[in-house]
Amino acid sequence: MAKRLISLTVNGSKVEREVEDRRLLIHFLREDLRLTGAHVGCETSHCGACTVDMDGKSVKSCTVFAVQADGSNIRTIEGMAQADGSLHPLQEGFRMQHGLQCGFCTPGMIMRSYRFLQENPNPTEEEIRMGISGNLCRCTGYQNIVKAIRYAADKINQIPMKEAAE
Amino acid sequence: MNSQSVQQRQEKLEGIGCKRKRVEDIRFVQGKGNYVDDFVFPGMVFGDFVRSPYAHARIKKIDKSAALALPGVKAVLTAEDLIPLNLHYMPTLAGDVQAVLAHEKVLFQNQEVAFVIAEDRYIAADAVELVQVEYEELPVLVDPFKAMEPGAPVLREDLKDKTSGAHGPRKHPNHIFTWEAGDKQATDAAFDKAEVTIKELISYQRVHPSPLETCASLASMDKINGELTLYGTFQAPHVVRTVASLIAGIPEHKIRVISPDIGGGFGNKVGVYPGYVMSVVGSIVLGVPVKWTEGRIANLSTTAFARDYHMTGELAATKDGKITGLRAHVIANHGAFDACADPTKFPAGLFSICTGSYDIPVAHVEVDGVYTNKAPGGVAYRCSFRVTEAAYMIERLIDILAQKLNMDPAELRWKNLIQPGQFPYKSALGWEYDSGNYPAAMKKALEAIGYQNLRAEQAQRIADFKAGKTRDLMGIGVSFFTEIVGAGPSKNCDILGIGMFDSCEIRVHPTGAAIARLGTKSQGQGHETTYAQILATETGIPADRITIEEGDTDTAPYGLGTYGSRSTPVGGAACSRAGRKIRQKAQMIAAHLLEVHHDDLEWDVDGFYVKGAPEKRKSMKELAWAAYNNVPPGMEMGLEAVDYYDPPNFTYPFGAYICVTDIDADTGEAKVRRFYALDDCGTRINPMIIEGQIHGGLTEAFGIAMGQIVDYDEAGNVQNASFMDYFLPTAVETPHWETDYTETPSPHHPIGAKGVGESPNVGGVPAFSNALNDAFVKFGGIHTQMPHTAPRIWGYAKELGLAA
Repeated sequence: MAKRLISLTVNGSKVEREVEDRRLLIHFLREDLRLTGAHVGCETSHCGACTVDMDGKSVKSCTVFAVQADGSNIRTIEGMAQADGSLHPLQEGFRMQHGLQCGFCTPGMIMRSYRFLQENPNPTEEEIRMGISGNLCRCTGYQNIVKAIRYAADKINQIPMKEAAE
Repeated sequence: MNSQSVQQRQEKLEGIGCKRKRVEDIRFVQGKGNYVDDFVFPGMVFGDFVRSPYAHARIKKIDKSAALALPGVKAVLTAEDLIPLNLHYMPTLAGDVQAVLAHEKVLFQNQEVAFVIAEDRYIAADAVELVQVEYEELPVLVDPFKAMEPGAPVLREDLKDKTSGAHGPRKHPNHIFTWEAGDKQATDAAFDKAEVTIKELISYQRVHPSPLETCASLASMDKINGELTLYGTFQAPHVVRTVASLIAGIPEHKIRVISPDIGGGFGNKVGVYPGYVMSVVGSIVLGVPVKWTEGRIANLSTTAFARDYHMTGELAATKDGKITGLRAHVIANHGAFDACADPTKFPAGLFSICTGSYDIPVAHVEVDGVYTNKAPGGVAYRCSFRVTEAAYMIERLIDILAQKLNMDPAELRWKNLIQPGQFPYKSALGWEYDSGNYPAAMKKALEAIGYQNLRAEQAQRIADFKAGKTRDLMGIGVSFFTEIVGAGPSKNCDILGIGMFDSCEIRVHPTGAAIARLGTKSQGQGHETTYAQILATETGIPADRITIEEGDTDTAPYGLGTYGSRSTPVGGAACSRAGRKIRQKAQMIAAHLLEVHHDDLEWDVDGFYVKGAPEKRKSMKELAWAAYNNVPPGMEMGLEAVDYYDPPNFTYPFGAYICVTDIDADTGEAKVRRFYALDDCGTRINPMIIEGQIHGGLTEAFGIAMGQIVDYDEAGNVQNASFMDYFLPTAVETPHWETDYTETPSPHHPIGAKGVGESPNVGGVPAFSNALNDAFVKFGGIHTQMPHTAPRIWGYAKELGLAA
């Protein structure tokens, strides 16, 4: 099958590759670039395990063709920590608030939260729940994910940490 | 020795009881987990299945030629290719066989018919489309009651002449087994002389655990050395190795099974699936690594479902509410093959825990397993072997009895709870409950939720509804469950003849750091964190100096894996006992170094000191060093221990859950206003992780009770095999959870822990369903089946004349 050359920026680095027209962005990221943080959970864009950030929007990379990402700027979970290894406030928040268990939804959940907190830097619990409703988690029941996102929002907004409510 | 330093050292160890942050999270939050589909081997190719569109059909012809002609296709395998290898059927854990690739006929929709192997997953998918299969449709049976009718079509022609199966006589060609427990005669007598009886058919619908990661495997056969390496989504990797050896005839030492990180299991990843077998066969045939990654539709429609239990339950009682007997008959729909993952001698799992938390003098239960044209599997979904079915049945029956007696359901429970002085309690169906204080838990729960006020509010709501002032109904659901987990004692539990022990092997390095390996396998439960906490407390080595490893059969000791809440009760016990062995040896070394008798030493958190002379002390760190250079004469060097733990009994976690819901009678929409969950899982190792497990389990219970069903039409078509149609709660629907606890240690477990992963599912489902049913009790409603979706609730309200 014919291939097409695409060039894009992934986690700050320029990438050029030839891909088939039908190749999905998730397979391009996972198999061609070996960025395996984003996962395939459902193939129907319901679960959000494949969520990455593309040109300032959350996209479900299982339903985006790699050729659609030509010229775009993509950030994945692998591009969230600082160069010195320090974690993004969301990554820290998920750990501190026990916002993950099996870890399979976590990269997508964090990438969605990353965009969500730019759309709404100081969300209520209800807004957070709505904001991540395109991402499924089977382990946590979401309660601690909500806390984790709130933790990150406070940290980004430089609000002093409160003890987590029990 | 001041107490402050003891306290500081204790905290630094991060042992039992502390909210230690998870070590796993460091890799997971950075996208550096290692799940099966993340692995790439040189030369790796991809497998995919041709699946049957029919639920029951004869295969007339399979034409592979177009598929084989497609560039990039390496092989197309069918049952014909497997027959010479005797691999077209594989043994199931339940004593049946399951087709690896359909031979002669298909028995459920999406059954595996051919396996296509190609250079990449896209070409494999293309080739699947090119395989031409000619079918002749046969009559379909999805209803287990109809499957047992005389003259019903025979589904399993391979068993046609077999009048008995792995669990005794078969009374119909579509019958698998009859299993019973209890005293039938005494129970019938109790019912004959009962003042009050109730009887209800309580169906627990077919659901699916749907972990977010589907099943996958990656097999690599090294033909030169005759060694097979198999990566897979296995909750029980060691059992998979044994089964693989028995099926494929490869000596067990030449097979290495690796379960890397697993993206949720919930029981779905206990069984052995055709995909695993075919990746191995493919690698043997082609000599290159073969990866198989299941799609979501295949996962939902072909891998281990749960429930599909149709329970006719009865209670006998006195007029003032003392239960005098329980009787139940169950029709269990096992689908096309009996691939249940139960301990081998328990074809209905531990269903006989169905007398629940109540002191019921006599009981009798009988379960008939039935074949239908549905997918095989069974028993999965965050529940220890049919315990959730049992808990659902008894908790619904109690509410129905309360209604009949015109008694408050909490009061009826209170009246029948097993009392603290009765433990160890021998149940009518033969189990010995280890420990519990049920009334204390019940009392705490009722007070915390403000039960009396809620009932008063509900009475007012009913009056307002009847007066036309509101269209909202209110339901209060109480559930008091007892689980049976930690399978299990080898005297009654085995899987294919292997006792259900578990194991821990620990090696302390010279600098006082350690590695411990276990036979269990975490799928999100946080074993790398919690096992290290147990070992920290037992050995005095800080948890962050202990690496925990599981899942590699070449390095980890043999164990039966993680399901049925068994990791803490069994693996955790092995962990604790291995730690104690380390400490015993360290004590001998300390005695040698301090030149005293070992009995003159006292243990204090992380070292030994001489009784009465605390300044004479050796820390575990110093003793680890000495183990490699200065041991007592005659003692072996090194500091290692192994423990294989065969539990003397199961453990019996319990809890009291209360759900408050408001229901719009005109739309059927139910909103959970409050959900309070009190759990008693014995000694608590990491309260943060326990709470996380409860949140997750309650959310799964909410999904099951309120929306999930794997539904089939009359032709056997699965109606909801994608996340488009199968209900998984999002953050929006999921209620807020209030958690609480009491702590009654298990007397027979080394640290008193009981296990907790499945309690919220077992207790949660009846709490939701009782709340829903409770809303209609005063309007004549007795029982409505799950799932309680809005259209179904609305239909029920209409049936009772409450809505138009």
